[in-house]
Amino acid sequence: MKIVAALCSAVIWGSGQVINKQRFKGLVFFAIQCILVLIELSTGTLNVLAGRAEAAFRNCGYFTKGLWGLVTLGEIPRPDSSVLVYDHSIILMVTGLLSTVILLLFGMVWIWNIRDAYRSRAQIEKGNIVSSASYIKSLWENSFEYIMVMPGAIVVLFISLIPVLFTLLLTFTNYNQGTMPPKQLLDWTGFKTFADLFKIPIWGYTFASVLVWTAVWAFAATFLAYGLGLLQAVLINAKGIRFKAAWRAIYILPWAVPALVSLLVFKVMFNREGAFNELLLSAGIIKQAIPFLSNAGWARTIVILTGTWLGFPYFMALISGVMTSISPELYEAVEIDGGSGWNKFRHISLPVILTATAPQIVMQITFNFNNFGAIYFLTGGNPPNPNYQFAGATDILISWIFQLTLTNRMYNYAAAITILIFIVISTFSAINLMRSRVYKED
Amino acid sequence: MKKKTNKLAIAKSILTRALIYIELLMVVVIVLYPILWVIGSSFNPINSVGRASIIPQNATFDNYITLFTKTGYVSWFLNTGYIAVMTMVFSVLVNTLTAFVLARFRFKGRKAGMLLVMILQTFPPYMSMTALYMVALNFGMLDNLNMLVIIYVAVGIPINIWLARGYLLNLPRSIDEAAYIDGASKLQVFARIILPLSVPIVSFIALTSFMLPWMDYMLPRLLIGSVEKQTVAMGLYNMVDIVKNQTQYSITTFCAGAVLLAVPITILYAVFQRFLITGVASGANKGE
Repeated sequence: MKIVAALCSAVIWGSGQVINKQRFKGLVFFAIQCILVLIELSTGTLNVLAGRAEAAFRNCGYFTKGLWGLVTLGEIPRPDSSVLVYDHSIILMVTGLLSTVILLLFGMVWIWNIRDAYRSRAQIEKGNIVSSASYIKSLWENSFEYIMVMPGAIVVLFISLIPVLFTLLLTFTNYNQGTMPPKQLLDWTGFKTFADLFKIPIWGYTFASVLVWTAVWAFAATFLAYGLGLLQAVLINAKGIRFKAAWRAIYILPWAVPALVSLLVFKVMFNREGAFNELLLSAGIIKQAIPFLSNAGWARTIVILTGTWLGFPYFMALISGVMTSISPELYEAVEIDGGSGWNKFRHISLPVILTATAPQIVMQITFNFNNFGAIYFLTGGNPPNPNYQFAGATDILISWIFQLTLTNRMYNYAAAITILIFIVISTFSAINLMRSRVYKED
Repeated sequence: MKKKTNKLAIAKSILTRALIYIELLMVVVIVLYPILWVIGSSFNPINSVGRASIIPQNATFDNYITLFTKTGYVSWFLNTGYIAVMTMVFSVLVNTLTAFVLARFRFKGRKAGMLLVMILQTFPPYMSMTALYMVALNFGMLDNLNMLVIIYVAVGIPINIWLARGYLLNLPRSIDEAAYIDGASKLQVFARIILPLSVPIVSFIALTSFMLPWMDYMLPRLLIGSVEKQTVAMGLYNMVDIVKNQTQYSITTFCAGAVLLAVPITILYAVFQRFLITGVASGANKGE
């Protein structure tokens, strides 16, 4: 009987539950199945079945068409606008990805429904009859955690995970200026993109150079910001310094002002005719305008300094917060031993602060590694470097990828580079997080 | 003899203090100079690009008037305000509930899920854009402000649940246990005990998620097509985007827009400074 209930539920969702006399529960499962079937029918399959549309996968419903599109990436290209019925490989790919994920979600409900029919029957055979109402109550109690996590998980699934999967799929295609949908159809090409990346020397050279600068930028901007934030936090906290809240309020400003605004303002101010050159010229410090943003060395310096300006308030706030948790007794111990202010800082504050903020330092480095805005809005990657493949002197990997996709349509290569960066960065950040208190502690 | 060393020590401490004040003031200048420049420029006559000075010679409100009469600033502001408020409400709801569950209960997949979400966050946002456009297209959410709300909530989830979980771990578990013994449900414990104790971290989440939409330019540019649904960041960026507009509006008008945008947000930051400090420190390791 257990098997019968399970099998019934496998075919018509909830029917096993009805056999088990749990009508309400069965109805809910059946309604979910109806939704699935309705989506499929109403988005095209009904037309195909009724003969109103040509019997082709292209005209089928959301799920059938999605799976077909993901496998084939389309069958009819659109060489010119006279072709009215055509397939767009990229749209098919994303639709396919989405429909697969949605099908998997439905699949989970389906399995749950079968298992539930089986288990309820087993309970009944043992003589325990569970009503739908008490089942729902115990379900709420037992899966409270999962229910609460659900909204966040679904949002993350569609907004954060789908793009990663999509990028991964792109690396296995030939999507670049040679094959542009819908004019041409894409093909699955396996690992060819990755192989090309390592075979063609100029790509390798640009990649290596840009990677080095990206690392320099990420480390320099983070550590300078950390150093300045630490210095300000410690100095504000020093004995006998007044207006502590006021200093902090001022230092928090670069964090409060939208970064986009600050970056655009700096762009204008660092111009050849901009405010900084005006200031330096009129003060007689320089005779000629400094090419802040058009000389490679200057531009890189400015980018790092701007990053420091933007980043230090966060560290100042963080370190201020950490310092309030250091117990005064520790300081007293040093005072009894006759230690100076410097000794107190060196032997108590600094070790505590460094251990406490280590995960945030790593997080900030990974953030800066991909800090597209800090480069794009300030310099746009310029000044250009003719020795590079489509990259400028201040381009970091992510802004280089932007150039590759937007201007040069190297989508599959850009995707492959992104995936490579992602593997490295995510490994670092996973190790970092797994060692932190928030992850370890229960 | 003793007096002498005392005097020396006092002189030394005064000197130290003076040096500290000088350093603090120098950083204040570095922080404030660009900000004052923007404010000053916004009162300069229109089209005084480059010649704009911090203390304008012929101060004028022209830029602000232009902003309100000739650009869509008011509607940009209202659109962004709508997105910001919605993002704030949903971020607080989703993140506090999730963090509560992650901090207080053990269940299968908890740590793996947390780690996965944190790792996904390191994926370069720019590469997500095409996919997000396609997702919006698939669900009929293009040119829809609510799509932006959903994305901003998602973007904030990793760091917010991380910090909120860190904060909740510091709250002693014995308080909730007492409530459970008194027969409270999990949701009641959350609403009546955890939430009131979490004001600092809730404020932190509210503030940072409220901020997000005001600064972002890339997503609205990608997902919002119609002029009447533009956000502030789009409008402002278009003003200084040389490719798109042939100095239709001047830098000074851009500055006026930037000032009007930054002032309310800055006030919020200054007022809630305390919570920001607690918030970011929640993710820190214990010092010992």
